[in-house]
Amino acid sequence: MTLLHLEGVTRTVQLIDAPPLTILSGVDLDVDVGDRVSIVGRSGSGKTTLLNLLGLLDNPTSGTMLFEDRPVQSLSSGARDRMRGREIGFIFQQFNLLQGRTALENVMTPLLYADGRQFWQRARIATEMLERVGLSDRLGALPDRLSGGEQQRVAIARALVRGPRLILADEPTGALDLETGETVMDLIDQVATESGAALVTITHDPAIAARATRHLRLDHGVLQVRGTVPA
Amino acid sequence: MKRVASNLVGAVIEAWQEVRIHKTRVMLSLIGVAVAVCAITTVVGLGAVAQQATVEASERSGGRAASLSLFVSMNDGSTPTEMSEIWRTALERYQIDYASRVVNNSQTVQFVDGAVPVQTIGVDPPYGTMHRITLEKGVWFTDEDQARLAPAVLVNSIFWDRLSRPDLRTHPTVTLVGERTTTAVVTGVYPALSWETEPAMYMLADALTAITPVVTDPNVQFGPPSYELWVPVDVSEQLVTALQRDVQGALGSEASVQVSRQDYAAYMVGDPYLSLKLTVGAIAGLVLLLGALGLVNIALVTLKQRIREIGIRRSFGATAGRVFFAVMMESVVATVVAGIVGVIAAVLIVTSPLVEDFISQGQVTDFPPFPVEAAILGLVCATVVGALAGLIPALVAVRVKVIDAIRY
Repeated sequence: MTLLHLEGVTRTVQLIDAPPLTILSGVDLDVDVGDRVSIVGRSGSGKTTLLNLLGLLDNPTSGTMLFEDRPVQSLSSGARDRMRGREIGFIFQQFNLLQGRTALENVMTPLLYADGRQFWQRARIATEMLERVGLSDRLGALPDRLSGGEQQRVAIARALVRGPRLILADEPTGALDLETGETVMDLIDQVATESGAALVTITHDPAIAARATRHLRLDHGVLQVRGTVPA
Repeated sequence: MKRVASNLVGAVIEAWQEVRIHKTRVMLSLIGVAVAVCAITTVVGLGAVAQQATVEASERSGGRAASLSLFVSMNDGSTPTEMSEIWRTALERYQIDYASRVVNNSQTVQFVDGAVPVQTIGVDPPYGTMHRITLEKGVWFTDEDQARLAPAVLVNSIFWDRLSRPDLRTHPTVTLVGERTTTAVVTGVYPALSWETEPAMYMLADALTAITPVVTDPNVQFGPPSYELWVPVDVSEQLVTALQRDVQGALGSEASVQVSRQDYAAYMVGDPYLSLKLTVGAIAGLVLLLGALGLVNIALVTLKQRIREIGIRRSFGATAGRVFFAVMMESVVATVVAGIVGVIAAVLIVTSPLVEDFISQGQVTDFPPFPVEAAILGLVCATVVGALAGLIPALVAVRVKVIDAIRY
């Protein structure tokens, strides 16, 4: 089942004293449920712009973009925000944990934007999620008291706590040493598999990219298929 | 509906977390707000006490609202002999429970250092309630006192001092000198007013007239009794008319009958403390404004440091509306907390014995409870200031571009 469908997507930016800058051009992409996709590319190739589009943080300038067959461009800003919170989990390179909040409070943060059971039972759900990533003994720890690997595990727990169907990881091991990076990627793979979510990883690291089943490359805003590994 | 409830609770939780995490900054920015709320609430609270002091002082002299006075004299200056019956009939007819005769007289009292004329007021038992008379010692007249063989007297503190402050449990007596020498029992002591320098006392009207018959000669200094009634305000005007008609009808055209309201409320127009309240309120409003400006300033500076956080929250599903509401709620939650602190401080100030004594100047017996409207006013001011001060940072927060914010 196709979760995300991009067809002929372009993204251009209007510059003040220069012609429009095309960042993405004619991007076609399908991400299915449970997919493992890696996107590599040089700096300035448009990786982050593509990630923002996939994460509904930005709108394409042209082309078609469907999330579960719904055209996202026609959604209101609020509906897009709610869909993002419900369906998409972000893992950032710099972890982006909220300072001054404990690990538990950080993981509870996305649940503050949920409703029903997820909202009212957020403490229990967040605790279970932190237990899943092996941080049951660090619930009350502040980010500056956690190691890099622990911070990224908190970030993973936060990204997955609402049970998203799409996980977007932006250089998830970029701030970690090799060994910790491997461990973190194992964890991301594991929890994504357990939850059945699709995983799109943007990375410079060939080893991280190699973990995916589909390998894509962005070059000057054009997305190219590099290869597919049978699942 | 579920989403609205969770959004609302979620925004308050976010706001509270923000306030908790940045408590030092928040506390500093809220000192002005708390002081201003305290000032506004204190002004209103103290105003109520001062007003009560004025009211009680007025009620002691002129009676409570609505107090009617009835004065009767015949055209030749004498007192009508049938007045007792007319008075009793009027009270029964209009079912008036609080009524008293008032006989002003002078009674010679034998002290150890000599006999001294003492201003004496003869009254009926309801007079004490009607005029808010409170005693330092003993109790006010009761109906049982009417049956005493030795009349009861309530003396002022100057009188009591001249008796060398005897213990009332020993039933101290005084000698009233007159055509007949009478022994009276001191059953209570009331505080002398600040301007009083001479002994004074109350007696029951019947006891006083028994030892000093009412003088009907208009040339004598102390004349016939007047009559006072404490009636509901809403029927006071009808009762004035009715009493005038009834008493005049009973006594005929030979009598001069005057019925009128004598309490303070009949003459007081508006709030005598309004100008003071407005002045202090305006100053407090200015302090509140300055506090709000400080709040806006600090919130805007802080917001720049929080752009990344806002971006992160947006990436996890926070809508623009939710971010707006949360940032505004931070301000509101903080100022409400400051408001609560300010109101508590105001309550402590207004109800402290030191301030109560200073404001009431000993004129208040029924201290009004801390006015709820003052507390509500303080909290409303704090909330409004919080909402207004939070508006600008909230508008800035929703204009943050998520992508830029995350990379900030």
